[in-house]
This record gives sequence, structure tokens and C-alpha cells, in this order.
Amino acid sequence: MTNLDPDKIKVILATDCGSTTTKAILIQYVDGEYRQTHRGEAPTTVEKPFADVTMGVVNSVTEIAELAGRRLVGDDGRIISPATETDGCDIYISTSSAGGGLQMMVAGVIAEMTAASAKRAALGAGSIVMDVIAANDGRRPHDQIQRIRDLRPDMILISGGTDGGTTGKVVQISELVAPAKPQPRFGSDYSMPIIYAGNKDAREPVSEVFSEGGFDLQIVDNLRPVLERENLGPARDKIHDIFLEHVMAQAPGYDKLMGWTGAPIMPTPGAVGDILQTVARLQEINVVGVDIGGATTDVFSVFDETFNRTVSANLGMSYSISNVCAEATMPNVLRWVPFDMNERELRNHVKNKMIRPTTIPQTREALMFEQAVAREALRLAYKQHKEFATTLKGVQQQRTVGDTFSQQTSGQTIVDNMKLDLLVASGGVLSHAPRMHQTAMMLIDAFEPEGVTMLAKDSIFMMPHLGVLSSVHAKAAEQVFDRDCLVYLGTSVCAAGTPKPGKTCFKYELTGDRTASGEIIGGQMLLIPMAEGESGTISLAPARGIDLGEGPGKKVQKTVRGGTVGLILDGRGRTLTLPEDRSSCQSTVQGWLDALDVYAETTESMAV
Amino acid sequence: MAKAYTPGLLVTRHKKHRIMRRLPIAGDVQVKVNQQVTADDIVAETNLPGDVHPINLANTMSLPPADVVTCMLKAEGESIALDEPLAESKGLFGMFKTVVNSRYEGTVETVSPVTGQVIIRGAPLPVQVKAYMSGEVVNVTEGEGCEIEADVAYVQGIFGVGGEIQGNIKIACVSHDQDLDSDLIREDMKGCVVIGGARMTASSIRRAMEVGAAAIISGGIDDHDLKELLGYDLGVAITGRENLGITVIVTEGFGDISMAERTFEMLREFEGRLASVNGATQIRAGVMRPEIIVPLEAGPPPAASGKFEEGQLEVGRTLRVIRDPWFGMIGTVSGLPTEPHVLGSGSKARVLEVTFPSGEKAVVPRANVELIEE
Repeated sequence: MTNLDPDKIKVILATDCGSTTTKAILIQYVDGEYRQTHRGEAPTTVEKPFADVTMGVVNSVTEIAELAGRRLVGDDGRIISPATETDGCDIYISTSSAGGGLQMMVAGVIAEMTAASAKRAALGAGSIVMDVIAANDGRRPHDQIQRIRDLRPDMILISGGTDGGTTGKVVQISELVAPAKPQPRFGSDYSMPIIYAGNKDAREPVSEVFSEGGFDLQIVDNLRPVLERENLGPARDKIHDIFLEHVMAQAPGYDKLMGWTGAPIMPTPGAVGDILQTVARLQEINVVGVDIGGATTDVFSVFDETFNRTVSANLGMSYSISNVCAEATMPNVLRWVPFDMNERELRNHVKNKMIRPTTIPQTREALMFEQAVAREALRLAYKQHKEFATTLKGVQQQRTVGDTFSQQTSGQTIVDNMKLDLLVASGGVLSHAPRMHQTAMMLIDAFEPEGVTMLAKDSIFMMPHLGVLSSVHAKAAEQVFDRDCLVYLGTSVCAAGTPKPGKTCFKYELTGDRTASGEIIGGQMLLIPMAEGESGTISLAPARGIDLGEGPGKKVQKTVRGGTVGLILDGRGRTLTLPEDRSSCQSTVQGWLDALDVYAETTESMAV
Repeated sequence: MAKAYTPGLLVTRHKKHRIMRRLPIAGDVQVKVNQQVTADDIVAETNLPGDVHPINLANTMSLPPADVVTCMLKAEGESIALDEPLAESKGLFGMFKTVVNSRYEGTVETVSPVTGQVIIRGAPLPVQVKAYMSGEVVNVTEGEGCEIEADVAYVQGIFGVGGEIQGNIKIACVSHDQDLDSDLIREDMKGCVVIGGARMTASSIRRAMEVGAAAIISGGIDDHDLKELLGYDLGVAITGRENLGITVIVTEGFGDISMAERTFEMLREFEGRLASVNGATQIRAGVMRPEIIVPLEAGPPPAASGKFEEGQLEVGRTLRVIRDPWFGMIGTVSGLPTEPHVLGSGSKARVLEVTFPSGEKAVVPRANVELIEE
């Protein structure tokens, strides 16, 4: 970790080494604030024939150097630091997901309790969780052992038992892992790292179990010392340490790169989680972030300072598009498409996209279909996230007579769309949509925000860089996040409840940079132009049974911010339901798309 | 001027092809450098550690875990047969003893005094790696595997299911654009690699399985038929471990699509020859496509035309459009505008102009074409 005084850091260079591309950004202190000034990109060089990640880093940084007119790479091929007036940077930082990122297996005694906490720790550290083994996961022991044998994780996290609780069960889990002799993904001559973060009373017998067989056992504090509290920090820190010492060390060139950076290299998703937590803490808001890729969708949330991350494996827009259609079902995908499509042809199109994942939609119809798939992928990923981001399960609750009619159990989701302040989108289908209106509409349809929510997208996938920056300079990270990273789409005002079609859903009055007033009818959507930098105050008077943030029927007054799309008023109600009849569904969806001007007419002639 | 590259599937009449045959864990390599091997020869073998079977004796015998060790009739490291006594309780005054017989055959690996769990390791599982392709061993890595090289004709498919298999090539369709239906599959195709033309139907695959064909290859397949064949809807394209009794490969894609004429004519030329076929497909980082390999007599490869650089987009090159609205059509590059173009979708992308055999021209994103390597 750097010992630099944050006030003396004026030039920051950051890279994110992805599987295919290394993206570099330059952040400079300009006119009293930190701004992202230049960016560069180059292919990642972790694979043969290059087999040295620093080559891609130097190439991307060289691009920035040329754009910025600033010498960043010295004659020795290293990044120049510290900065002078014309050369170098004060600090260089990096994240990495090259080589498939960090892949882990986790184990615990009870699937819903210690194993769930272990999964949260692993996901929060930025890992892909390949499987969760638990004493009650429904699989027979020899099936569990077979599964462990088949996996080739980078490391294994074992939890189980509260401190002073069960030792037998957690040792039993260890006894399944040890004879399975899981092989690490990289390097046949390196010992499989096992992190034990369970009942402290079981440390000795667990150590005994892993004393032979080529394991590297590391013991940290219990991640669930009591049922009522998680303590994920020590396990998470150890995951990062092992990621650097073992996993990164196996990747070509990373030993060199680690010598260049002023802060530990972080797994990319872990860094994204960090910046969202930093922003949520500094701005005192609740945030949801999503990154939809070709194979997977990551969802991050911070509600009341509690962070959660999920990775929905096989919900993606190219490699996994077929799986999205299978899980969501084709009728659910097609409900977002306002015209008829031949289902047999569509199924073949989906498979063709799966086997040729780099193709792009050429026609508007193809684009609308892909964006319909994206809505379902996002909806399913968010559903999984809500099911995972819960209050701790297994916690005993004291009830009184007054609780008779509100029988809340432990394990309720903490994701509350009415409390959501900021929804951030990233990933190709959202970031590169031809119109930002499409991005906004996909977000609203899939996430169903309630009340007043700001919508934004990550301009150039800068969140990983800012995440690692937040560990050394939180203020710089937050300033760049707000000014350069996010492109604000606008604000959505969405009614919760079941509005009556044709009747008033809510009345609104907007004052400030723009003025407007009127009423939204049940089922209606309306777009009020409100440019980036504009803001105002909206007063809302919902109909009976309709909630806009203060409870059913209660008036609301909130500050709203404009953006590239504007102010979106949504009177469709929550949960969002679409007509079952195909033709009325099509006309309803077409009405919504028209109201938000989602797909502007194009006149391109493709034949020449 | 910057060069534009785009991937293409390899279809060639002659190339030096090298394959790596590797054991999953260390073992014995059975061949030497310069040795000639045939596809069925075993080139390396090893033993995987046997399956692990846990038995919780503390529960079974209703004993405290710490007492299990004293009741064991077999010590760690001793072998045990199926139904052989594994442990015996002390009983009461030497009577009313409970005997637990082993439900598994193997070796007692561990006895845990903490959980009362006994781990029995089954017999080692032999693993043999075959040559898969006839050729010459050119490199041996002791304990790991070897590399085999041969002169071959090579066809890369776009998608397949099922693993490695060999068989003689048998042509079923008369042309590259004829659908492969069940009436074209004959009894004499047993053990053969059956070549169709355009889309293969579900009934043709069923019929090929009935007659015992080794593999079935054609231009396209319907998603619906694939689902019927597999019994599930394939979510991600990671295949090769299906146990269907047949390997299925499509060379072009899903739907009504003909096999590229050049591919079909080349395979027809090699009818009767032995081919090594693998349907394994992995469309992730480190992409793997299915393949058809026809070993040839060794000799110098025909001189390359030298007309085009591999993978480079140039005017005059043949390509296939791989996305609607011209999916599957083959044409030649007639223009490479440098400026990005606004597509019908509203997106901006780099494009090329393609001329189809009919003379019709179209503007297509460069991401939506695949070169046909010649």
C-alpha cells in the first residue's frame, strides 16, 4: 500500500486488465478537482505468444501518453513515478480479471446460514463462486466429493459453526474436501489454498484434516461468529492476499506488474463493489449497479450500508443468450417485442448468436429482440440478487402480540426498490445501446424501480479503476465517479401499487430549471425533457393505494436531476404486468416505447 | 494503412496438423518420438485415484465419534472387500456385538476420531488416451502426453455435440444444398462418418443412430431438433461430453442453411477414407470448434495461392454473412469503407460491402461476416 499523502497525489494512472482488453485511464487534478482526462485501450497480453500482461498495460498507457502529451513509460519500459510537470504519475493502480478472474469453491455447514455467509464473502471479494457445498445441500456425500474433484478452483473457503458451536459438522465438511484432493486451476506444483473461517474451536481438528495432501491451510476469524452477525472482512482480506500471492503470481507478467502498482491489484468485480460502497457511504444513498456481459451478469447493491454482490452465471447476451431464453421462456422474452416474430426462426437466431457471439444486430427488429432478451436477463439476475441479499437467516427473533399480523421471518430481502436512489448500468447491451432512451427503458422494465430513482450508466467502464482508487484516495474516486464515470440518463418516477386503467395514477408539478404539471393515467408513461445539469423539484400527489415513496396515497416532494434522456414518469404500477393477449400486449408495449421515444425512425438502406 | 482482420472457419485440402494428447494427471506415455500411430492406438495411460466413499460409523453404530477408532477391524491403509466386516462394537460383556460390513470395496483411507467418519477409497480408475489421429509422434512430454503430427485435410465446423470418434466418410446427399432426411441414411453407413448437405432433420439423426453411424455432419440443424436429440435446451455452447452414441457436427449454423459448396465437394472427394471427428465445442475464451480430420499421405502441401493473407479482409475475398438479414449467404468483398456506418438498428459500426452471386450488393457490419479460408 502506498504511503503517499493523498493531498499530494495529482496524477493517477489506472488500468483494468480484462480477459480481452486492457483499459487505462488518466486522472488529473484540474482546477481544484479530480477529473478523468484521457483513456487508452490495448489487447490484453496474458496469453501466448506474448505471455506478459505488462505488454498490454504499456501499450494502453502509451496510447494515453500520446493523447495527453505526457511521458508515462520510461526507457526501461516501466511506468514513470512520481510525477513531474511533464512526465509520469504519482500513483499507478490496477485491477484484473484476465484468465477468467478469481474462481472459488465455498463450503459451510448449513446452506442458508454459514455457507451463505461464506458465499457472500467470496462474491464480495470479487470471485466467481463455482459451487457451494453444505451439509444440507441435498447431495449425498460421495456426490459432493465427486463435485469437488471435478472443480478446479483457485482456492476454497470453508466456514461452519458459530464460535463455540458445532465442531463435528465443520470437520465433516473438511473431511469431504481433503480426500477429494481438488486440483488448482493453474500450476500443478502449487498447493491448493484453503481458507478456514469457521468455528474457532474446530481449528485444530480442521488443521489435522488438511495436514497432508498438499494443502495450504490459512486460518482467519470466523465469518459468522454468532448467528446474528457476519464478520466477512478477515475472510475477504485473506481471499485478496491469496489472489495476489498465488493466483496472480501464476499469471504471466503479474509478478512484474505487482512491483509497479502503488496499491494491491484487485479482482475487477471486487473493485466495482468497492466504488459503489464508497459512493453510497459518501452520498448517503442506496445504490444498485449491474454489469451485463456476454456470459454472466453481476448485480451489486448497497442498501443501508449493507453490500451484496451476485454473479448470475449463464445469464448473458451472447455466450449465454440461449440460456436466458430457456430460463425466461420465449413468451416472456417476446412480450417486450411489439410485433410478430416467427418463434422457430427466433430460436435458431438465438442459437446462432450463441455460437457466433461477436455478431451485432443490423436491423431495428434484431436490436429490439436483443433488448427484449436483455430485459429478461436483467430481471432474472435481479430476482436472484434479491433472493440472495437478505437479512441473516437463522437469527432468533423475539415477537410480541403486536407482531401477530406481521409475521416477518429472518432471511427477508434487504433490496427495497422504493428506497433505491441510484441505479447504474454497465455492459455492452446497456452501455452501447444506440439511444440512451433504450438503456433507460431496459433498466425500468427489468428492475422496476419504485418512487424516485436516478438512472445512470458507466460511460467507459471506469468503475473498476475507481474502486481500487477508492482504497487509496476516496475523495478523488468519488469526484471522478460523479463527474466523468457516470452518464446520467435522468430520473424515473414510478408508481407502486395497482393503478386503475384510464383513471388518475398520480398528479405532478415540476418546478426549477423546467416547469411542467399534469396527471399520469394508470398504465401511462411520459417523458419530460430535462437536460443534463438541469434539476428541479417535483411534487407528487398519488391516487389512493398508489405509493410514490411516502406510503399509499401520501404526497411526495423530491429533488430530481435531468440527464441525456430526461424525467420519466411511469404510471404502470408495480409489480409490472403486461396483457396476456398477444395483440393487446404488442399495442401496449408499442405505446410505452412511443411515449419515451425509445426507437427513433431510421432511414438506412442496407442494400446498395 | 491499417489491416482489418476477421475470424473464419478453416477448411483446407492439405495442412500439417499437430494435436496434443495429454493425460488428466501424471502417468505413463506409451509411445516414442518418430513412432507411427493409428487413431485407435493407446498413447498414454494412468490411474485416477479411486472414488471416495464416506461412511459415518458413529451414526451407524450409535457411538461417540472418538470410540469409532477402537471398534475398527481394518486399520488405515488396509484394503477391504465388499460386505467384509469393517467395524465391530464392544457389546455388553462381550455379547450383543454390532458388526458393520463395508458397503464398498477399496482401501480404508482415514478414520476420524472427531466425526466418526471412515473414508474408503475405491480401486484406481484406469484412464487411457488414444492417438485419435493417425500420424507420427513428434514430441513426448514424459508423464504427461505426446504430440502427433500428420498431413491432413481439415474441416472446422461451427458447432457439434459428442466426442472423438473415427469412421470412413460416406456421402448421403447429392448436393451441398440438399436437406439430410432419414430416407438418405442406409444400413451400410454403420460405423461411418455420414456427410449431408443442408439442414439435417431429427429423423435423420435418429436413423443414423439406429444404423450405428459414428458421426453425422451437415450444414445446419434446427434448434428444436437439437433439443429433441439432447433431451434439454442447450444453454451455453460447451459440449463434447454428451453420451449419445453418435457425434453430430454442423458446419454452418442453426436453421435452413446449406453446407459451403467447397466443403461438401472436398468431403465428397475423400469418400471412403478414414476420418477422425470430434464434436466438442467450447465458445468461451480459448474457443474450441468441432473438427473433421482426414489423414493423407505425407507430402509437401500444395503451394499456397498467396493471393490473400490469412484472416485479412480484402476486396475479392469470399465470405459468409453470419447474421440476419442475409444470414448464411456467401459473397465476395466488394468494398471496405473506412468510415463507420449507421446501421438500421441505429448503432454505428464499421462495415463492408458484399456482392452476392446474384449481383445483389449489401452493406454488412464487419462483425457479422466470417471469411472462408481458402
